[in-house]
Amino acid sequence: MKEYKYTEKKDTRSGFGAGLLELGRTNPNVVALCADLVGSLKMGDFIKENPERFFQIGIAEANMMGIAAGLTIGGKIPFTGTFANFSTGRVYDQIRQSIAYSGKNVKICASHAGLTLGEDGATHQILEDIGMMKMLPHMTVINPCDYNQTKAATIAIADYEGPVYLRFGRPVIPIFTDPNQKFEIGKAWMVNEGTDVSIFATGHMVWKAILAGHILAEKGISAEIINIHTIKPLDEEAILKSVAKTKCVVSAEEHNRLGGLGDSIAQVLVKNTPLPMEYVAVNDSFGESGTPEELMEKYGLSENDIVDAAQRAISRKQA
Amino acid sequence: MKVNPHNKSIDELKEVAAQVRRDIVRMVHAVNSGHPGGSLGCTDYFVSLYFKVMNYSTDFKMNGEGEDLFFLSNGHISPVFYSTLARAGFFDPKELATFRKLNSRLQGHPATEEGLPGIRVASGSLGQGLSVAIGAAQAKKLNKDNSLVYVLMGDGELQEGQVWEATMYAGGKKVDNLIATIDRNGQQIDGSTKEVMPLGDLRAKFEAFGWHVMEANGNSFETLLPALDQAKAATGKGKPVMILMDTEMGYGVDFMMGSHKWHGVAPNDEQLEIALQQLAVNEAADY
Ligand SMILES: Cc1ncc(C[n+]2csc(CCOP(=O)(O)OP(=O)(O)O)c2C)c(N)n1
Ligand SMILES: [Mg+2]
Repeated sequence: MKEYKYTEKKDTRSGFGAGLLELGRTNPNVVALCADLVGSLKMGDFIKENPERFFQIGIAEANMMGIAAGLTIGGKIPFTGTFANFSTGRVYDQIRQSIAYSGKNVKICASHAGLTLGEDGATHQILEDIGMMKMLPHMTVINPCDYNQTKAATIAIADYEGPVYLRFGRPVIPIFTDPNQKFEIGKAWMVNEGTDVSIFATGHMVWKAILAGHILAEKGISAEIINIHTIKPLDEEAILKSVAKTKCVVSAEEHNRLGGLGDSIAQVLVKNTPLPMEYVAVNDSFGESGTPEELMEKYGLSENDIVDAAQRAISRKQA
Repeated sequence: MKVNPHNKSIDELKEVAAQVRRDIVRMVHAVNSGHPGGSLGCTDYFVSLYFKVMNYSTDFKMNGEGEDLFFLSNGHISPVFYSTLARAGFFDPKELATFRKLNSRLQGHPATEEGLPGIRVASGSLGQGLSVAIGAAQAKKLNKDNSLVYVLMGDGELQEGQVWEATMYAGGKKVDNLIATIDRNGQQIDGSTKEVMPLGDLRAKFEAFGWHVMEANGNSFETLLPALDQAKAATGKGKPVMILMDTEMGYGVDFMMGSHKWHGVAPNDEQLEIALQQLAVNEAADY
């Protein structure tokens, strides 16, 4: 099992803030919009340097999505910022009609996704956003795994023409990816090569998959770990190449089991090569208040849950 | 700086309007679906914008740099939008015959997906167009482009909350390169706006949100054109401009007027004949 050392922990939303700041310096068409959550979205540095390119919308997310769509018509590249819940469910129809169906170049940047938002509880912990966004034609869906990758993804999506949903989170987690990485939309990242089981993880679950990989190695199991940072378009080639070797699959995501990364992978398997697969995901429920770690434990999203799922998947392989 | 490519006289505008009204009733009749009521009521407004007031090019470019832009928020009145665009020169009026049919660029509600020239955003789900227009207006400001942005909304549409989010924004942030218009026909699907959900004192409401508010008769070029001129003159003064435009749903076809019943119903063969008699104009110009 490959060693991933880290010296620092940071939140992925700060990676977004850093990426946006850099875009402010390099791309004059980039503009930012926020619905009264500048601090939470780490947009302050961009705003300080580019006050004329920032639009404070107030607590009016539907209006924010419409204004963003309109800004693209004049050649701007708008990055909207609010919590993941208010970036998706709150404004689904606005995104659907004014952005996705209209093919508008809006970057919907969503923080505090999933359970790890913590104490605010289920009203704010959206676990359905990946599903809603991936179902929209034209939409690209990205969920990076650490600070560096989020920063790189933020920068990369400005150069891509089309609507993007960029999902990140609140808790501080290890920084283990290359600070100089070039982010390629739709290209899975090989975290660890292995032979016994393929673990496809996204977002905060990638670090947990690495922890699980070490536990599995101690048990003599060789896990292949792949970071699916882009859920749509899905890197089917990387998935099929991996499962051709391992013959069983675990998906890991901080999202509802229904409609997330796991379902996208299951579709690829069913169509090409039906194989045993286990989900590590929230089992069709809302979240609740608690610390991020407590919640990940209670809702079955710990490294041990990945280990158990891997062993179940392996045991289901045909002899 | 662009100019209006037609710049027609009032008599000519009346002729164009009759032609557009003929197109509308023929289009909805042909597919036995679509929305004639609001389309007929707003015909004079559309014809005024595209044949006199707005400065634009029919060589359509999405970014509309240096051009006045128009957004239709109440997308269900697509027939009047499509006919006006065709008659103004964005595409061949013959294409109006494909309205609402399979593989057409003229979708039931306006869309960009099929690339119809003149459409900049999809609409149909009500309440979104004002926000989009504000965004386009803000982009013009950033680009130092001093052309204008127009948007039309229905009066029933004002019941959508997003409209008021956008209204607060445009007033509060002084989006003064924007001219919004409400099609105040007093009708919506289930009845009059009074019955369904009273709109109250719209002038007072928009003024309270920091808008410059005007009123106009939308079914008379003699009063609508000067109002649109005054609206233009009111831009650039720190306030978005609102025209509360009184229209009659179904205007121009007597049996369609005065009720909400023709909001979204197509005329039958007999009714079409009567309507076309009332909209007499050069038949040879029909699509
Ligand atoms: C969000 C949304 N809700 C409901 C509808 C269905 N609908 C289409 S038109 C309409 C009435 C609109 O009234 P108004 O804006 O006054 O237009 P008019 O009937 O005068 O043309 C309704 C309810 C819709 N298109 N969008
Ligand atoms: Mg009405």
